[in-house]
Formats: sequence, structure tokens, C-alpha cells
Amino acid sequence: MADFEHRPLLDEDAGPLVRPYTVSNGRTAPTAKLDLLSLVRSTGQLRPSQLEAEHAEALILCREPISVAEVSAHLRLPAMVIKVLLSDLVDCGAVTAHSPDPAVDPTDKTVLEALLNGLQRRL
Amino acid sequence: MAYNGDSDRSPAQQSALPTAIKLLVAGGFGVGKTTFVGSVSEIEPLSTEETITTASIGTDDLTGVGDKTTTTVALDFGRITLDPQHILYLFGTPGQDRFWFMWNELSDGAFGAVVLADTRRLEDCFPALDFFERRGTAFIVAVNEFETGYHYEPEEVRAALDLKPNIPIVCCDARDPRSATLVLVTLTKHLMSAAASSVR
Repeated sequence: MADFEHRPLLDEDAGPLVRPYTVSNGRTAPTAKLDLLSLVRSTGQLRPSQLEAEHAEALILCREPISVAEVSAHLRLPAMVIKVLLSDLVDCGAVTAHSPDPAVDPTDKTVLEALLNGLQRRL
Repeated sequence: MAYNGDSDRSPAQQSALPTAIKLLVAGGFGVGKTTFVGSVSEIEPLSTEETITTASIGTDDLTGVGDKTTTTVALDFGRITLDPQHILYLFGTPGQDRFWFMWNELSDGAFGAVVLADTRRLEDCFPALDFFERRGTAFIVAVNEFETGYHYEPEEVRAALDLKPNIPIVCCDARDPRSATLVLVTLTKHLMSAAASSVR
């Protein structure tokens, strides 16, 4: 039974029992500029218990820096829905976010060296 | 325009969030992209659904709502925490050719790409090669060695793919974490030399 909670309420024919956009009140336009790789982290200014269920679950995941893509995967909701939830949390000061702009420069030597060193440590 | 997340926080708090680095793993259907992502990732590979905007193609647009349509694609990805300030995210591109149009959005901000090739079906990686060449995204080719496949030397693969001499080709076993990580090391070194040669 414990596992049941972590599985989406899905039925092959009917699809999700809770329509994903219900949790975002039908909104598809996040107020904050977020992309899949935007990193978010909770500020500690609000407790999950002060929020509604989905916002609270998202906030709990944000204790450590985490990407929009990961929050989406863990909560099993489309990235667009997660962007709306997280931008709500940004608006109320519960999380801080990296705006995707300015993009990281792929030729940035410091970042490339961090990438190389981090990978080589795993060999 | 309600986003003011960064502006009202101190610089120290802004810089405290790590930098996310995106690399892509591309190639044909069934070539081992998800296996590759899984063997280098520190977490079980995750999946997300992203809504992609795409310019509609010719006669498809019968709705009159404009020249953009959206489609939903499932993306598998993994994560490697490189150090406290840098996190690597590795995204597998959807293998189906009909999704090629969404790669623009996926490749935005990507540092580079690994194109996985299967010598039994080399032609399956052509769309990925074409795409990254057109986009100017740096990439290397990794031949995933399947037990049933005939072993080709990298230079034979280079000739078959008509690849430029400066693009590294390596052999790997996508199931082996060390082998797959070495592919990423080769890609990173290629990115470094590309970055160095672009600066005058």
C-alpha cells in the first residue's frame, strides 16, 4: 500500500484521474521565467503546512537546490504545471529561483573545468 | 512580470544557487540513450513532460490560431552533482524522428551533445548529426558496442558518417558507468578545445 501513494492515479483508458491543470487552476502561464533547468530552493520564509497540498509538496522538494525538471518528475506533473506552482512560490517568497537568463556561457572556462573535474572524480 | 525573485535578495543569496549545466544524449531509437543516462546519473533516471512550441508546418495549420503549435514530449534525464556550485543535467533526446523539430528548444543552452551510434544501424544517427551541425552545437560521436554488433574502428565509422577530422569518435559500453563517464570526459575536453580555439 505504501507504494500506492507514490504512483500516479492513472488508468490506461481514462488517463489521469486528476487532470494536471486542475492543480494550477487551469493556468498555463507562469509569472516567473522558468525553464526545465532553472534551479529553485526554499527560502525558509514559509512552511509547507501553510500551503495547499501541491504547493507544499513542491516546497518540500526545494530544501536543496533542485531543477524544475526534477520537481516535475518527482510530483509526476507536466513541467508547465510545475512552472506555475513554482512561480506561485517565488511570488509569495517561499522559494528563490535562478532566472534562465542570462544563460550560462558554454565556453566559460571556469564552468568547463568544474565539469571536467567533477566527471573525473567519478572515474 | 511579477518575477522579482532575484532583485530583492542580496547578492550572496543569488550566488548561493548552483549553476546548472546541460548536456544532451542523442541518437536513434533504441541506441541506448536512456541506458547511458542511467549509468552516469547519481539518481535513477527521471522523466518529465515538457510542452514544446513549434512553428507549424505548411498545411497543418487549419485552426487559424496563428503560426505556432505546441506539443508535449517526454524527456528522460539524469543528474550529477559535480561540486557544491555545479550540477550537470543529462537529457536524452526523444528518438523518434518526428520530434526533430523540438530539439531547438531542448538544445537551447546546452553545452554540447553525445551522439550515440549503433554500427548495425548507423543511419539512425544522421538526423542528430545534421541537427547539431546546423545548430553549431558541439558534439562527439560515441559508438555503443552491442555484443551482437561487428566491431568497427573509429576511423571506419568516421568515414561512414562523413565526419570532420576534429570531431572525436569513441567506443563505449553505455551500461558501464565508467565507460559512459569517459565519454562525457571526452566531450568536455572537446568543448574546452573548441572554446579555446574560438577565442582569439
